Amino acid sequence: MITAPLVAAAHSAVVAAEEVEEVNPLLPHTYDIVWSLVIVVIIAVVFIKYALPKFQAVLDERAEKIEGGLKHAETAQAEAAELRAEYEQQLADARTEAARIKEAARAEGGAIVTELKAKAAAEAARTVETAQRQIEAERQQAAVSLRNDVGALATELASKIVGESLEDTARQSRVVDRFLEELEANASATASSTTSAGKEN
Amino acid sequence: MPLAAEEDGGATFHPPSLADFFPPAIWFEGTPFEINRIILVRLIAVVALMLIFIIGARRAKLVPGRFQSILEMGLDFCRNSIAYEILGEKDGKKYVPIITTIFFAVFFFNITGVIPFLNIAGTSVIGLPIIFALWVYFMYLWQGVKKFGVGGYLKHSLFPPGVPWPIYILLTPVEALQVFILRPATLVIRLLANMMAGHLLLALCFAATSFLFFEASGALKAFGAVTFVAGFAFFLLEVFVAALQAYVFSILTAVYLQMSITEEH
Repeated sequence: MITAPLVAAAHSAVVAAEEVEEVNPLLPHTYDIVWSLVIVVIIAVVFIKYALPKFQAVLDERAEKIEGGLKHAETAQAEAAELRAEYEQQLADARTEAARIKEAARAEGGAIVTELKAKAAAEAARTVETAQRQIEAERQQAAVSLRNDVGALATELASKIVGESLEDTARQSRVVDRFLEELEANASATASSTTSAGKEN
Repeated sequence: MPLAAEEDGGATFHPPSLADFFPPAIWFEGTPFEINRIILVRLIAVVALMLIFIIGARRAKLVPGRFQSILEMGLDFCRNSIAYEILGEKDGKKYVPIITTIFFAVFFFNITGVIPFLNIAGTSVIGLPIIFALWVYFMYLWQGVKKFGVGGYLKHSLFPPGVPWPIYILLTPVEALQVFILRPATLVIRLLANMMAGHLLLALCFAATSFLFFEASGALKAFGAVTFVAGFAFFLLEVFVAALQAYVFSILTAVYLQMSITEEH
């Protein structure tokens, strides 16, 4: 059962081998060479003249596009960086300007305050001076009038003292008391002092 | 052949053989333009390759779609991983189209070996590997001669500098053999043998699976599962080999070009 196919196989292999001895696979037939040549020439022409250059063109174009894109991006980036630098510069300038203005305002404010202070001090000094002058004037006036009054009073008092007998102290003190009372009365009615004084005398 | 097997017993087992690579003619029998199954497979591969790349190139846009991205990945691989890697960017640029063409063409002819209904690699018959190898051969010779002149190129490639002269007695014939015979021959045979072996392996696994499932009796059927799994594994291997051989072929193209046009070894 097993031998039959094996024998058959062996036999046909032998037959094949016998047959093959006529055809050496290393010796080409003319038609084989002819067709192979035709085929290879067709392939070579189509590939080298048409297909590959076309692909190459597309690849080159793509490379160019990518390169262009990269360059474009680079330029854009450079531009953006430039703009940014410019903007930052402007910002910095603005900050400096603001700081300068603030400083100036502060200085000006200070100056104003100092000026106002000086003015106020001057005003105060002036007021004080005026007051003092007025006081001085009044004092002098008072002193003058006092001197007049004191002179008059002293004279009056002296005349009174001299007029009365100065023998006993009781009388003396009574005189003084009376004088003082008169004085007081005089003071209470300053408006009519001149008339009352005249009446008393 | 099937007849022979049938004579022996009812069971038919079709082992793959070298005859697979020389199927009967379909058209133009006996002329230089004879077309058999394998030529047809190659033509189909060419049409597919052309369609993909012509449509791809025509629709190539600045912003690639999915289809274009895949194509560009392949082109990028040829340019960077093969041409620039070996030749450097300056020299490599000039040869990128040729290397790319060779890579994709060889790959497409290899991959037909695993495509259902095609099932044979276009490069598994010697004609195509020969043409590719001759292309590479004349190209590197021509580039070398163009750069150094005939004498200069011969001196450059047969008498590598920095070797004491008696060594040349030994070295020069070896180098000559290398440059003029071994490089193209190995290009042809490596590709051919890989693709033939791949086809034979795959066909053997699938023929055995088919035979064991449908013709063998009893426990022997179970072995069909084993051969099926093996066939599956070899299928994946062949996809890998198809790409690998295309890569090897084009990278050797770059290496041979580099050896021809670079000043020092």
